[in-house]
Order: sequence, then C-alpha cells, then structure tokens
Amino acid sequence: MDFLIFQVPMLTVQATLDGVLLGILFALIAYGMALQWGVMNIINIAQGDLVILGGYIAYFMYLYGIHPAWGVVVSPIIMYFVGVIIYKLVINKVVDRDLFISILATFGISILFMQLMNFAFGADVVLANSGYGTTMLFDNSVTLPNSKIFSAFISIVFAIGLVIYMKKSKLGRAIRATAQNARAAKILGVDTEKVYAATFGINAALCGVAGALISITFTIHPYMGLPYTIRSFMIVIVAGLGNLPGVAMSGMGLGMFEEFADYILGTEFRIGSVFLLLVLILVYRRFKLSKKREYLK
Amino acid sequence: MNKNNLILYIFILSFGIAAPFIFPAFKVQLSILCILIILALTWNVQGGEMGYNTFGNILFYGLGMYLCASVQVGMFFPLAEWTEGGGEKTFVHTPTQFFQGMAVGLAVAAVVPAIVAGLIGYSILGLRGHYFAICTLGLGVAAGEISGGIEIIGAGQGFTTPPFPNIGSLEARGEFFYFCSFIVLVLTFIAIKAIYSTRFKLVLNAIRDNEDKAEAMGIQTMKYKIIGWMISAFFCGLAGGIMGGLVGYIDSTDVAFDGREMGVFMVLMAILGGKGTLWGPVIGATVFHIFKEGFWTFFLGWQYVALGVLIIVIVIYFPEGIMGWLREKYPERFGEVVDEADRKAQVELK
Repeated sequence: MDFLIFQVPMLTVQATLDGVLLGILFALIAYGMALQWGVMNIINIAQGDLVILGGYIAYFMYLYGIHPAWGVVVSPIIMYFVGVIIYKLVINKVVDRDLFISILATFGISILFMQLMNFAFGADVVLANSGYGTTMLFDNSVTLPNSKIFSAFISIVFAIGLVIYMKKSKLGRAIRATAQNARAAKILGVDTEKVYAATFGINAALCGVAGALISITFTIHPYMGLPYTIRSFMIVIVAGLGNLPGVAMSGMGLGMFEEFADYILGTEFRIGSVFLLLVLILVYRRFKLSKKREYLK
Repeated sequence: MNKNNLILYIFILSFGIAAPFIFPAFKVQLSILCILIILALTWNVQGGEMGYNTFGNILFYGLGMYLCASVQVGMFFPLAEWTEGGGEKTFVHTPTQFFQGMAVGLAVAAVVPAIVAGLIGYSILGLRGHYFAICTLGLGVAAGEISGGIEIIGAGQGFTTPPFPNIGSLEARGEFFYFCSFIVLVLTFIAIKAIYSTRFKLVLNAIRDNEDKAEAMGIQTMKYKIIGWMISAFFCGLAGGIMGGLVGYIDSTDVAFDGREMGVFMVLMAILGGKGTLWGPVIGATVFHIFKEGFWTFFLGWQYVALGVLIIVIVIYFPEGIMGWLREKYPERFGEVVDEADRKAQVELK
C-alpha cells in the first residue's frame, strides 16, 4: 500500500474539508434519530432507507427537469407524510414494547423499503446533477464541489430552524414534555399519540432533506441505507441524547474519519471501517463504564 | 425420557435418514432446512434463553464458510492461485483429497469461530439490550465488508469452493451434503438438549430475567455468557462450512456474511417458533422454510417485500411464536398446573 496521503500533504486538507462537509450531513440525520429515540425510545433501523427515499424524490425532480435543489423543499414535505403513515401502520404498535421488537420491526420496514425502491427506481447508482461547479483552493490542489458547500449550508439552516421550532412552538414544547415524561404529559393534556406521530414525521422529513442533499452531492442506491443508519446511531451514542453541539461535533469527526480511512485503507474498506468503528466505540464505552460497575443500557 | 418421547425421537430420526430417498428431488432443500434449524437453535441459546438478541451469529457462520473452503483448497493447492480465477478448472481434487480436506476444513470451521467468540465475547457481551443488538449487527456487516476486500479469499469476485468429485452415481453429491448437515443437526440438537437439562440453562435464564440479581447471587455471569456464545459459534461455524460446500460459491456479502437473509432468518425463525423453548426453533425453521420455498416461487422477485412484511407481522402480532401460542392453549402439556375453577373464571371474564 502506498500511502498517497503522506506523499501529497494537500490531500490532508482535502480530506478534512470533505469530511467536515460530509459530517454536517451525517449530523442532520443523527439529529432526527436522536429526536425520535429520545421521545419514543425507538431505534429506527429504517432511518437510512428514509434518507435514500428522500434522495430519490430529488432525483425524480431532476429527471423531470426541475432543479434538484428544490428537492430540499419538496422532499421533507412528502417524507413527513411517509413518516406519519409508517407511524400509524407499524410504529405505534411497538412504541411501548421491548426495544428489540422495535429494532426488528424497523428492520422489516428497512428490508421492505429497500426492495420497493429497487423495484420502483432500479438498482443503478444515480445522482442528481445540480450543475453548481467546483471551487478550487490553494493553487488548484484542493477541489471543493460547490454542491457540498450548498448541502452543508442547507443542513445547518434546517438544524437551526428545527432547534428554534422545538424551543418556541407549541408542538415543540409538547414533544419536549413527552420526551421528559410521557405519562405526566398525558395527564396534563398532551395528546402523546399525536406527538409521537409528529415526531416520527419530523424525523422522516429531516431524513428527506438529508437524502435530497445526498442525491445532489454524492450518489444514491436502493441498498445504501443501512450505513446511514449505523452512522447516525454511532453519532448519537457518542454524543448522547439531547446534546446538539455534541451531535454536530461527532458528526464532523465521523465524516473526517471516513475520508481519511478512504485515503489510507482504500475505498473498499470504507463502509467496513465505519461498522468496525461502531463496534470499537461501543466496546470502549463498555470498558470505561465497567470500571464504575455500570453498563451501557 | 418417557416412552412417548422416545417413539417421537426415533420416528423423527428415521424420517431424517429416509427423507433424501423419499424426496430425492428435494435433497438440497432438505439440507438447507437442516442448516436453518441449526442456526435457529443456536440463535435461541442467545436470543431466547439468555436474552441477548444477537444479529452477530452470522459472523461465525460466514467465518466457518470461508475457513472450511480455504482449508479444503489450501491443504493441497496454492490458495491465492485458486481464487485468482478459474482455480477449480486447473486444480482438481481427487475424491480422497476432497473428503480429507472437507473433514479438516469442518473441524477448523467449528473450532476457530468458537475461539473467536471466546476472544471477542468478553468485550461484546458486556454490552446489554439494544446496544448489544446494534453492536453485533455492526460486527456482522463489518465482517462482510472487510472480507469483501481481502484478495486471498477472492475479494469481491467470490470464491468457488472445490467441486464435488465424480464418484459413481449422480445422486452422491446431494446425499453427502444432506447427511453432513443432518448429522450436524442431530449433534447440535443433542448438545443443546443436554445443556438445557443442566444448571447451565437455569443460569442463562437467570441472566435473561435479571442479570444484576444473578450476579449478586454469586453466579459468574460473564463466564456463562461466553461459554454459551462459544457453543453457538461452534455449531454456526459447522453449519457455515457445510453450506459453503453445498452452495459451491462464496460471496462475502450475499452468501457468507449475509445479514440481510440468513442473519435475519435465524432471528425470525426462532421468534416464529417461540423463543426460549427447545422445540420452538425447530418448528419455526421448518414452517418458515416451507412457507419461504412455497411462496418465494409465487412472489418471485417480490420475496424481499414479502420478507419485510412477514417480519413486521410476526414481530407485532405473533411475538410469542407457535410454542407460546400452544402453551397458552394447552398449558397442561407444558407441565403447568392449571386450576380448573380459575380457568373457568378467566373464560367468563373474556
């Protein structure tokens, strides 16, 4: 293995910038996962598949001649309703049950979505070309597609918007109350069923935004969902539930890790290294906690 | 063991031996059924009895598959040249070489995954609940992705296992693999039935019901968890090794570390049959396999859609499984003492 990254130092800058911009996108997906995990205590394995579905919405707009950037507006609206429908059909039956039941049920949704997308959109790797061009930095040695900057910017806008919405609006307050204590919220007149549906819808809408951005910046494929789920799970367990700056930071960290792994280990080990990192982080935290005679639960 | 049970076991055993001759066209399907039952039985040791819902047993299955094939080839021919492409055409195993290689390969395929389970067990089994589930899911997928990048075992283009040598009849291949998997199934069943009749099972159940209390009672829970996982890994590896030979071709993510199919199937079969019972996984796997093979043909192309729906329906509406349903219906058969008056009162309440 010839470590290209050590021969061309500028690649370090390239990998760092790529990683940070990619990480912001991951953080947006992880934010959605943290939200519905915190409120409903459900780990959604289908998270990544919702992202990919959102991406296909933007891709179809591109196919029909609409600029894919509009997907950022359309995709979350459609995905919100998809999320609510999934909640009504499946999730509301597993909310109060054993966590493993919800993992398996969402695993089922994930397989279902994967295959339905495969039928509907074909098994090709596609991308929606935004035509934004690229920016050259440092004497043309670092290339930065403008679409990546655009997607990072939009992600930050949506994340900040959602934070403000959760703080100020009535629904946001109801969601936060339900997350703290669902029973007490119910007693005080919050319709928790509606709150859960809205939470899952908002999560799906965030996935829709992220998916639209991914289809502009990178590529999408029906079977690419699971790595996004694992990434967002990883970001959430590193940052902790309800720690937004932590989610942003660990998202960027993960993005950089991936870019460097890509250069050092080779692209074929990229996804493998993400999954391995998840195992290592969990094992690290397990040993750290076991010193205090506690465990991850 | 009472007389009825003995008759039942003898009947099943003789049916198992006679099956490939009664249904000669279904030999491959029957072998796969045996493998599926082994996987469901071993998953049940973790998921059902111990309460550790693992998606990672596929790791041992895939490991066994690669190890068995690699040993079988590597004992006689250079492995790198074999996987480079078309090795099975240049190098031909004589029958003796094939069976010798298979025997040694299966031994390695059983022992090494068990050792791996023992080595990683201390780290991984310290996690609990959904963290354990997600961690093992990551482990399985990581193994698939990484083995897909290793050149010597064929990387992305796959690994053709040694073809069955030409000995006499055409039926020999199917019969050989059927009896391999059937013998391993019988061994697995005996081993698991044996450990379920000892204190070991009680410890596993104590871990499932309340691990902290079990620890407080002086049980070294970690030791039992690791031993349980090693037993599962041992038989998963054997099943993988046989499956590799049966399929004839190993691909890292579609055959060996196939979390999307086998990895979910083993969980689903155990839940369908009723987890936490000895016979549940056996019944679940049989029903699942018949359903799968029957309906896969109708749903051709739609099988994963059907699978997704099936998972959701089973998990939501049928989490106790067939054995759980039977137990509710006929509690006396399961050794539960039922008060007639109490039952009548319950029926009236309904």
